[in-house]
Amino acid sequence: MVGHISPKSTYYAVFAALMVGTAITVAVAFVNLGSFNFPVAIGIAITKATLVVLFFMHAKYSSKVIKLFVGTAFFFLAILLGMTMTDVLSRGLKTYPGGAGGSGYGERAPRVPGAAPAASTEGQH
Amino acid sequence: MASTPLTYLNHEHSVASWLLTKDHKRIGVMYLVVVTLAFFLGGLFATLIRLELATPAGDLLSNDDYNKMFTMHGVVMVFFVLIPAVPAILGNFVLPLMLGAKDVAFPKINLLSWYVFVIGFLFTVYAMVTGGVDTGWTFYTPYSSRASNSNVMMTGIGVFITGFSSILTGLNFMVTIHRMRAPGLTWFRLPLFVWAVYATSLVQILGTPVIAITVLALAVERGLHFGIFDAALGGDPVLFQHMFWFYSHPAVYIMILPPMGAISEVIACFSRKSIFGYSFVAFSSLAIAIFGFLVWAHHMFVSGISVYSALVFSFLTYAVAIPSAVKTFNWTATMYKGAIWLKAPMIWAISFLALFLVGGLTGLITAALGVDVHIHDTYFVVAHFHFIMVGGAVMGFFAGLHFWWPKITGRMYSEIWAKVAAIVVLAGFILTFGPQFILGYLGMPRRYHVYPDEFQVLNVLSSAGASILAVGYLIVGIYLMASLFKGKHAGANPWHATGLEWTTQSPPLPHNFEVQPIVTREAYEYSSQEVTVG
Amino acid sequence: MGDAVAVHGGHGDAHAHHHPDLQHHFDTLEQQHEAATLGMWLFLITEVLFFGGLFLAYMLYRVWYPVAWAEASRELDIVLGAFNTAVLIGSSLTMALAVRAAQTGKQRATVVWILLTMTLGFVFLIVKYFEYKEKFEHHHVPGPNFVFEGPEAGPAQIYFSLYFLMTGLHATHMIIGFFIMAVIAWMAHKKRFTPEWYTPVEITGLYWHFVDIVWIFLFPLLYLVDRAGHFA
Repeated sequence: MVGHISPKSTYYAVFAALMVGTAITVAVAFVNLGSFNFPVAIGIAITKATLVVLFFMHAKYSSKVIKLFVGTAFFFLAILLGMTMTDVLSRGLKTYPGGAGGSGYGERAPRVPGAAPAASTEGQH
Repeated sequence: MASTPLTYLNHEHSVASWLLTKDHKRIGVMYLVVVTLAFFLGGLFATLIRLELATPAGDLLSNDDYNKMFTMHGVVMVFFVLIPAVPAILGNFVLPLMLGAKDVAFPKINLLSWYVFVIGFLFTVYAMVTGGVDTGWTFYTPYSSRASNSNVMMTGIGVFITGFSSILTGLNFMVTIHRMRAPGLTWFRLPLFVWAVYATSLVQILGTPVIAITVLALAVERGLHFGIFDAALGGDPVLFQHMFWFYSHPAVYIMILPPMGAISEVIACFSRKSIFGYSFVAFSSLAIAIFGFLVWAHHMFVSGISVYSALVFSFLTYAVAIPSAVKTFNWTATMYKGAIWLKAPMIWAISFLALFLVGGLTGLITAALGVDVHIHDTYFVVAHFHFIMVGGAVMGFFAGLHFWWPKITGRMYSEIWAKVAAIVVLAGFILTFGPQFILGYLGMPRRYHVYPDEFQVLNVLSSAGASILAVGYLIVGIYLMASLFKGKHAGANPWHATGLEWTTQSPPLPHNFEVQPIVTREAYEYSSQEVTVG
Repeated sequence: MGDAVAVHGGHGDAHAHHHPDLQHHFDTLEQQHEAATLGMWLFLITEVLFFGGLFLAYMLYRVWYPVAWAEASRELDIVLGAFNTAVLIGSSLTMALAVRAAQTGKQRATVVWILLTMTLGFVFLIVKYFEYKEKFEHHHVPGPNFVFEGPEAGPAQIYFSLYFLMTGLHATHMIIGFFIMAVIAWMAHKKRFTPEWYTPVEITGLYWHFVDIVWIFLFPLLYLVDRAGHFA
């Protein structure tokens, strides 16, 4: 015998949890939580994905190497996203006192021809 | 006729037995053939570049044609020579032998990786002969997505396809190393070449998919007019650069880590000494692989990224140099008080050390944010990366090729001609790329074929060096080919080297070992008394 | 170099005894199974980074153009999206049960569960087809015919570029999955799998679950950007 055999009840339980998670995600989407909507939705998605990885994909019962690989994948994805965002989020920050550049996010996006200008704290281009 | 022993080369002769082989050794040889062809093609483009640059005027090639030359030189050399050379040729051949295994984990996928490589190469060559591509090997948007009239799509498809070859090779090697080591071959008894190949495979797995999606996004933008990088819609061309360099910087570690692994093997053998600080060298391979993913935006310091982000990337770029420096110290310390046996592989290895040192130090110069503002896109950078890629990676490849040639072919090459070639290549290389550092800090931009008259002397020196370099490479090709017919039979272990690959015959049996080896010793148990002449 | 390695008895006489599914370069079925599983996980790591590049682009532009993102996202049909999410999660359940059936030697059940998985996946793609059709009709396909009312038309086109690229890539992976599952179903029908060797079913399962995980993220990211106060 080669792999771990999970009882069917485990699979049904995970399936139920995934469906509940989906329902919650949809319901919460219609509630205004301000800037928390996004982290809540992503948090639920991460939870669902973790359940699939651990139980449907048997990662919970797999070797340490496989667990290490799974972690590595998401670690490097986090690097890709995180380090790029350090650039994106800090463009246009003031580099010296009194210098050009703002402090909000909106005006760092390029001005789209014909589009309404995004809110800006300084009148610069 | 005396009975010749069974080897992987002679047990079957048909074309089908090669094209449908699942033997990692034959696949390694088939990669050698294609990579050599690619090297000639890339070298042809380089020849035209250096011919053009011998004069300040743009008299040999038009502006557009010159753009195509440096683009295609870069694309061919990066994707079809440097990335596959050591892993797919030497790694394929040697890795299972070093592990005491009968083959890699997935032999059919190994063969598939070769076909994928060939198909990607054919797409790219087709793009080149039907008009070429002129965006630079970096394919920056918006030129590549909107303006260029050259074969961007076809080249992109070729690169996309070839990426899968790299991924499949890396995947195969990682599983092989994890699951197919001989009994007793614990991680810390592995030859350092295996650590290097493992670290490389990690980079191939994590990085290559990102260039794949980048090229796909570019193709969709160019072909279907989607707008992901399009500034007119509010898109960010610098996003392309982030995605591109997230792979292309770690790619340079794919190019250098396996040659470094080969250098470890060569220096240990030809100093008759265990590598100094084995675990430091092993961990430094992993550190390079991991840290290499944290520095990519140092290619983008002047592209408009935030200066705060640039500072972070600059700092991390200094950090990534540390493990490479560790290796260089350890190789040197290995040679110190070793019994140096100056055969051809060792000459390539010593050249590697000197040239990699210069390349690495000049990398530190370019890593300095303030300095890079001035030398970015000048010949200083061109010289830096050629010192690493040619002075480092190609020299390292040749060191490994000369070291394992007797194992692969069963023949010895002419030692005298090998030494001559190594010296000619070294001299040619320094003459080609040394002056380029000076050109760079004097301000000559890269990718220009028209330049001020005062730069001509240095350019002529560089072009002269290139011709010497070409002669050196040709000499290598000639004596290696000649060795196949006239070379002395090598025997199982002509270098008296450690490593499981040397315990079996040369060339090896189709299934590598008569009996499964069991390992009881550490990796480099050389004894200083075992110096042998000739 | 005689005593650098000790040599052990060969495996010549084991030929008569080894399992027909054991490939020659492996020593045991267990080693072979672990190698195959490890290989598939490594491939899935490449897929994480492959899709990851698109998630990067998505994230960058969502930060820059929250209004465009919200407006464009509300053009998607949340009912169809939620339905599809449930369908795909269901297909992951049926796939897990298919692997379990193969593990326990139930060949016919394996075939049934795989066919169910394929059916559910097919339903997903049918729904997707209708979603895409609606996008075509509303001129939300990026390119020269793109039309979007309001000042956010430019960034909205970026949103839809990413929408089509991400869901299209996902759908492509599903279609490839169908071909693989068809082969596996056929093999199960031919009673090829045993509790000692069911590796192809397991690694197909890993692939399919990954496809599900991608959608688990795509659904909230694409369909649920700013629905508060905007009902369907």
